[in-house]
Amino acid sequence: MFDDLRDLYQEVIFDHNRNPRNFRVMDNADRKVEGFNPLCGDRLTLYLKMSGDVIEDASFQGSGCAISTASVSLMTEIIKGKTEAEAEALFKTFHEMTTGKDENIQLEAVGKLAVLAGVREYPARVKCATLAWHTLDAALKNEQKSISTE
Amino acid sequence: MTHFPVEKIRLDFPILEEKIRNKPLVYLDNAASCQKPNAVIDTISHVYRHDYANVHRGVHTLSVRSTDKFENAREKIRAFINADSTKEIIFTKGATESINLVAQTYGKANLKPGDEILITAMEHHSNIVPWQMLCEQTGALLKVAPINQQGELIFTEFEKLLGDKTRLVAVVHMSNALGTINPVKKIIDLAHNRYIPVLLDGAQAIPHMAVDVQALDCDFYVFSGHKLYGPSGVGVLYGKRALLEAMPPYQGGGDMIRKVTFEETEYNSLPYKFEAGTPSIADVIGLGAAIDYLNDIGMDTIAAYEAELLAYATEKARQIKGLRIIGEAAEKGAILSFVLDGIHPHDIGTMLDSLGIAIRAGHHCAMPVMDFYEVPATARASFAMYNTEQEIDVLMNGIESLIEVFG
Repeated sequence: MFDDLRDLYQEVIFDHNRNPRNFRVMDNADRKVEGFNPLCGDRLTLYLKMSGDVIEDASFQGSGCAISTASVSLMTEIIKGKTEAEAEALFKTFHEMTTGKDENIQLEAVGKLAVLAGVREYPARVKCATLAWHTLDAALKNEQKSISTE
Repeated sequence: MTHFPVEKIRLDFPILEEKIRNKPLVYLDNAASCQKPNAVIDTISHVYRHDYANVHRGVHTLSVRSTDKFENAREKIRAFINADSTKEIIFTKGATESINLVAQTYGKANLKPGDEILITAMEHHSNIVPWQMLCEQTGALLKVAPINQQGELIFTEFEKLLGDKTRLVAVVHMSNALGTINPVKKIIDLAHNRYIPVLLDGAQAIPHMAVDVQALDCDFYVFSGHKLYGPSGVGVLYGKRALLEAMPPYQGGGDMIRKVTFEETEYNSLPYKFEAGTPSIADVIGLGAAIDYLNDIGMDTIAAYEAELLAYATEKARQIKGLRIIGEAAEKGAILSFVLDGIHPHDIGTMLDSLGIAIRAGHHCAMPVMDFYEVPATARASFAMYNTEQEIDVLMNGIESLIEVFG
């Protein structure tokens, strides 16, 4: 019935929505930043544990739609073990993938995150996918204020 | 179901022929803005093709034509809400501007530090923020009468909050997020016992029921054109003449002026005193056409049909497991706000859109209402006179299917 939506709602997204990974409070976090999308009320808190410039651990809490939950869940998986510079680079590629006009985006570079590529066809939902990443960007820049997509 | 010529009415709305993602459009976002009949579209087109010029200032034929049609629309609105005089009908950009106008003129002139403005917990942002701004400017305080879980105003609490310091009551006639129709006559009578004026935010109510401002005895009534099958960017402020006469002007320039020297300005009389600048001429005339169209069908007939649509939708929705209706007031207009267990309203909105169904997903510019129900957002289907039971079936089947997909 929802054939048109297969690009947007892939099975991986349903899976991460049902069972979000790294969904916990991190008591000994080095970085803690809140992200908020006032348009839909999506809200998340991102926790990072750093070891030098390497992200040793990442977790989150919050509530949102399937796209935003899957995005943050996948993100926390993929950034673990990455350096700040690598995570920043990934943020830029992800942003390009979800908002850019370039059709030849290197999906291999983003690994599993490619399941969110379909969001580019749904402008109203891009913010759902990018909220987690803007929050990460703030955390990497060590900004303490909460992050809004508006 | 009583006979209502819905199929004939649907033919008057060309957009209902649209296919969305190759499926027939099911437009259920009427509380945000409703679609326009040919009568309105053609009227606006006709104005620009044959009659258009600026109003109230030309001696040439087109200006006279535009002015006549513009003022004729004012008379249609006066009659539609049964105001005493066209002097009481002020054209604005919409309900929001109308509320801001009252706040910044009547409010600023009459409120002192410690005075109170009383609203309800079901207001949307447009009937909260202008008063908050006024409170900051004057030192007045905003008081909020609570609602119960059904989404009804708790009248005894409202009564308690109405005190010696209350200078103004501002209440939504029908809530956009919940559908609740407030007991406005009771509210007005109670406030008037204490000589407190009452503003009714009628943006949501006026498309769905007959409104008589003299019978209600409200002091201000505001609404928008775009929710009343008319154009966007125009709206109305009704105010009792004596109040409007005593109020200072809102913005300066254009029709609000009678005489200007560099020493002083003499303001125009009502209603022009509050109509600065060139208005949205063709849109005002288009709003007049919308009112003619509604009068032909009859507001009571529309209200009766929509009540049947709501009853049908509510009964169907109650049969869906995991669906919770937000707002179940005894007196309720044609709005079905709901949440589904474990599925965010934005996912509901996108999935239904893929089936051609347009609903609203979000906080409906009523974030305090969402906080009260402890939900981030709701999905909202809102009905208009051109909607059908078959469309409600399409909606309900869509909801059941998406629950399965998410399951």
